[in-house]
Amino acid sequence: MLNVDLAVIGGGPAGLAAALEARKNGIEKVLILERDKELGGILQQCIHNGFGLHYFGEELTGPEYAERFVEQVEEQGIPYKCDTMVLHLSRDRTITAINRTDGLMKIKAKAVVLAMGCRERTRGALNIPGSRPAGIYTAGTAQRFVNMDGYLPGRKVVILGSGDIGLIMARRLTLEGAEVRMVCELLPYSGGLNRNIVQCLEDYQIPLKLSHTVTNIFGKERLEGVTVAQVDSSRQPIRETEEYVPCDTLLLSVGLIPENELSREAGVPLDRLTSGPIVKETMETCVEGIFACGNVVHVHDLVDFVTRESITAGRCAAEYIRKQKDAGSVPGEDRKTGGSAQDQNKDVAAEAGCQSDGIQTVASDGIKYVVPQYAGRGEHPEGLKLFFRVDGIYRNVRIAVQCDDHEIYSVRKRKVAPGEMETLTLKPELLGDLNTCSELRVELVSQDK
Amino acid sequence: MVYDAAVIGAGVTGAFIARELSRYQLNVCLLEKEEDVAMGTTKANSAIVHAGYDAKHGTLKSLLNVRGNALMEQVTRELGVPFKRIGSLVLAFNEEDRSVLEQLYQNGIQNKVPGLRLLNAKETVAMEPNVSHRVVGSLYAPTAGITCPYELALGAVENAVQNGVDLKRDCRVLDIRKEKSMEKGQENFVLTTEQGEIRASYVVNAAGVYGEIVSEMVQERSFTIHPRKGEYLLLDKSQGNLVHSVIFQTPTKMGKGVLVTPTVDGNLLTGPTSLDVSEKDDVGTTAEGLEKVRKEAGKSVPELPFRDVITSFVGLRATPDTGDFIIEASGTVKGFLNVVGIESPGLTAAPAIGEYAVDLLKKEGLPLVPRGDFQSVRKPIVRFREQTDEEKQRLIRENPLYGNVICRCETITEGEIVDSIRRPAGARSLDGVKRRTRAGMGRCQGGFCTPRVAAILARELRIPEEKVTKKGKGSELLVEKRGSSC
Ligand SMILES: Cc1cc2nc3c(=O)[nH]c(=O)nc-3n(C[C@H](O)[C@H](O)[C@H](O)COP(=O)(O)OP(=O)(O)OC[C@H]3O[C@@H](n4cnc5c(N)ncnc54)[C@H](O)[C@@H]3O)c2cc1C
Ligand SMILES: Cc1cc2nc3c(=O)[nH]c(=O)nc-3n(C[C@H](O)[C@H](O)[C@H](O)COP(=O)(O)OP(=O)(O)OC[C@H]3O[C@@H](n4cnc5c(N)ncnc54)[C@H](O)[C@@H]3O)c2cc1C
Repeated sequence: MLNVDLAVIGGGPAGLAAALEARKNGIEKVLILERDKELGGILQQCIHNGFGLHYFGEELTGPEYAERFVEQVEEQGIPYKCDTMVLHLSRDRTITAINRTDGLMKIKAKAVVLAMGCRERTRGALNIPGSRPAGIYTAGTAQRFVNMDGYLPGRKVVILGSGDIGLIMARRLTLEGAEVRMVCELLPYSGGLNRNIVQCLEDYQIPLKLSHTVTNIFGKERLEGVTVAQVDSSRQPIRETEEYVPCDTLLLSVGLIPENELSREAGVPLDRLTSGPIVKETMETCVEGIFACGNVVHVHDLVDFVTRESITAGRCAAEYIRKQKDAGSVPGEDRKTGGSAQDQNKDVAAEAGCQSDGIQTVASDGIKYVVPQYAGRGEHPEGLKLFFRVDGIYRNVRIAVQCDDHEIYSVRKRKVAPGEMETLTLKPELLGDLNTCSELRVELVSQDK
Repeated sequence: MVYDAAVIGAGVTGAFIARELSRYQLNVCLLEKEEDVAMGTTKANSAIVHAGYDAKHGTLKSLLNVRGNALMEQVTRELGVPFKRIGSLVLAFNEEDRSVLEQLYQNGIQNKVPGLRLLNAKETVAMEPNVSHRVVGSLYAPTAGITCPYELALGAVENAVQNGVDLKRDCRVLDIRKEKSMEKGQENFVLTTEQGEIRASYVVNAAGVYGEIVSEMVQERSFTIHPRKGEYLLLDKSQGNLVHSVIFQTPTKMGKGVLVTPTVDGNLLTGPTSLDVSEKDDVGTTAEGLEKVRKEAGKSVPELPFRDVITSFVGLRATPDTGDFIIEASGTVKGFLNVVGIESPGLTAAPAIGEYAVDLLKKEGLPLVPRGDFQSVRKPIVRFREQTDEEKQRLIRENPLYGNVICRCETITEGEIVDSIRRPAGARSLDGVKRRTRAGMGRCQGGFCTPRVAAILARELRIPEEKVTKKGKGSELLVEKRGSSC
């Protein structure tokens, strides 16, 4: 058994920032576990520009952004293990991980940061009928093929879904000499960042077909074509509009799902709306000593926000560890090891714990979700930052925060869209009387949709 | 050289015939048109080991179903294939259904199916709390079970190859004729194949939905086989506990209806539909079909969470016009055996079909001298995720490749993938690896492991990565190697 103060699962931007911040706050024994062959997470395959505008005030590529953190990790001498897969996490923060050289390891941590990122949704989740030939990839898989392995996955491409990765791959494949026939989006608006629609589609005259979907897939060995149809207001394909589009590749960019198998095993309660752990403003989950940050909590479009959130996680994890040390107890040590069978169904109780010492944030009219789900009742010297997404495209709206039925904050926005994460900060002075508040409701007050 | 016997078709039927033949001192070849075994009907079906109450008493189907079910325990143990005897329930929702159950029960008793019981509504719901509470009764068959169909076929083929059978894949039989044999002074068959001519004294036709085509290469048409499509939805493992046994609906004239069952891997499977189609390779799913699965399955288990669907697929039934398995020597061409029209419960019956078919060959004159060195047990497969921590530790120490997880959803290691390629009848494509190891079958459906498995295949097969296929020639994953673009 290896003993550490802080174990960070996942060496993407989230994990790296959390680890660095914990070290800055005096935690010596930090260990980062990463299953890929290098640190940096999904950024390593995002070789396009556009990272770091908010955080560094300059435009970096994904690997460049990652490198800034990797360098610091090296400088600080924070230990990490790559090619190392975490197989299991138990509630008492015992990690089971394997790699080629150490074999199977058990690691006991005083605190854990979950930073496993997310995975892409697949065709099955969409249930597109038709055959199952080669040539159907998620956009991220295609991105890895092109950017990391140096292969072209196809020549005539249809992209389903206008998530950011799909948009970026439309440009990438065009630059690689492939013909991107179109990007189809089921919804009447794109889920991607506006700047990506302009820079990746419009600049290359790639049609974006809103309210369109792929209705069938053809080809025995390799994909030969798909049919594309417009959908009605209930998102059902309109048969008469069906059109056959020859192509050898279909890329799916239909959303990301936080990767929470480990969280679930540890009994960490998840939010149905984000598919990520329910967190407090400290980024602690409802299971004591287990923190989470980055895409594992909710899907971010900008890595800069991931970094911010992860700094909070790292700082608060450090504080947690220090407090435990000061109190002289080693957290969790006295408890029996929690096998996964024992871990089950404890999440209900765990969430009750979250509830008892925090104020719940609630996504109300027009808001899809709010993170963190709980705010502490104590002091907020730096204010309280809320991240959220809206559930449709709205113009000229007011976003309001209600403390019970009393509005404590509001801001006007020209346009909001589900593709762009919104944030707002409640100043400390606004939070003065939060103690009396039972819930914080975020809502859209709007006229025209 | 002239083989003693050539088996055409490496589905589960051909696999067990080949394995059965490999017990004897014979030269046998197994010919398959696809790039891998078990790519036909065997790949996609309900995976149920039927108890045997529904096949009409007195038919070959009923006989071989019950025998196959009884053999399954031993066979799956020898071949290292998953098998769980979880029992089945046929649900009745009204009095008419109930009288059908009574008939099934009686038929089952005649077929000598062990342990059958008619349950009332309360007993049924007690056994399966998630079935519709509209249920009025059920037929319980404790001997029904579940297995993995392609693993079963693969296990049998591997074991046959281990015992000397020549497996030839990418080897479609195009024509068959007879010639006077040079070697043995008697007649033998010449099979024209994609890999040239192959000679054999006896030929077994186990070509599934293509059975009539192969049969007509040597004799006049005596039966026809229609493809009938069945569509399925597979749900995530998080839903595998919704039911604990195989849940059927009362069969009607339209067939056995849509079932709901756990799979041996812990997923939940529901389907199939039943639709006659004209093409023998029409394996595309349809929006209507999948909708029908959802609707019908909901009648048995109302709260099915279809948002957890991870994939859908189609199985093609080889429906014979005779209504029974056709397992018979040709009346006109000596040495030719048809084993066709093997529709459900063909998977269950396969081990028994193997015995029965080889017995017929013996009657046709094939000499069966047992081999002294027959190995009934297949070379074991390491499934990393099923090992204890200590075992995992030991495996990695002995072979560090077991410390490298390639498929994150199913926890499949590089060690297992390399083994699946190097084994007898090893994998040569992405789907081949997937069927043998489950890499790519989990919730992310290969999003993560596809590039990694492709790289391992290229390395092991010593081919460039752009030649790696999903499922054989024409299904290359990548079109071109670029310079490193980073
Ligand atoms: C394709 C794509 C394009 C993007 N483009 C932009 C852009 O242009 N600009 C921008 O600002 N943002 C962009 N983003 C968003 C930003 O990059 C992500 O939000 C950010 O990388 C998320 O960081 P993370 O650390 O939470 O997750 P990740 O970067 O995904 O890192 C998670 C890490 O955890 C590891 N891991 C997971 N499970 C385990 C386990 N069990 N054991 C060990 N390790 C594990 C993974 O290997 C991975 O390295 C993009 C995101 C994607 C997916
Ligand atoms: C929807 C559905 C559900 C089912 N459910 C069950 C169930 O739950 N339980 C059960 O017991 N049974 C079930 N069955 C039946 C079972 O799947 C089949 O009986 C069994 O798989 C048939 O195997 P086979 O080897 O005869 O045919 P196949 O698997 O089709 O094998 C025939 C092989 O021959 C090859 N071939 C064809 N022509 C040539 C040629 N000219 N040269 C070389 N090779 C050739 C094909 O490529 C193929 O691999 C189901 C069937 C279907 C369709």
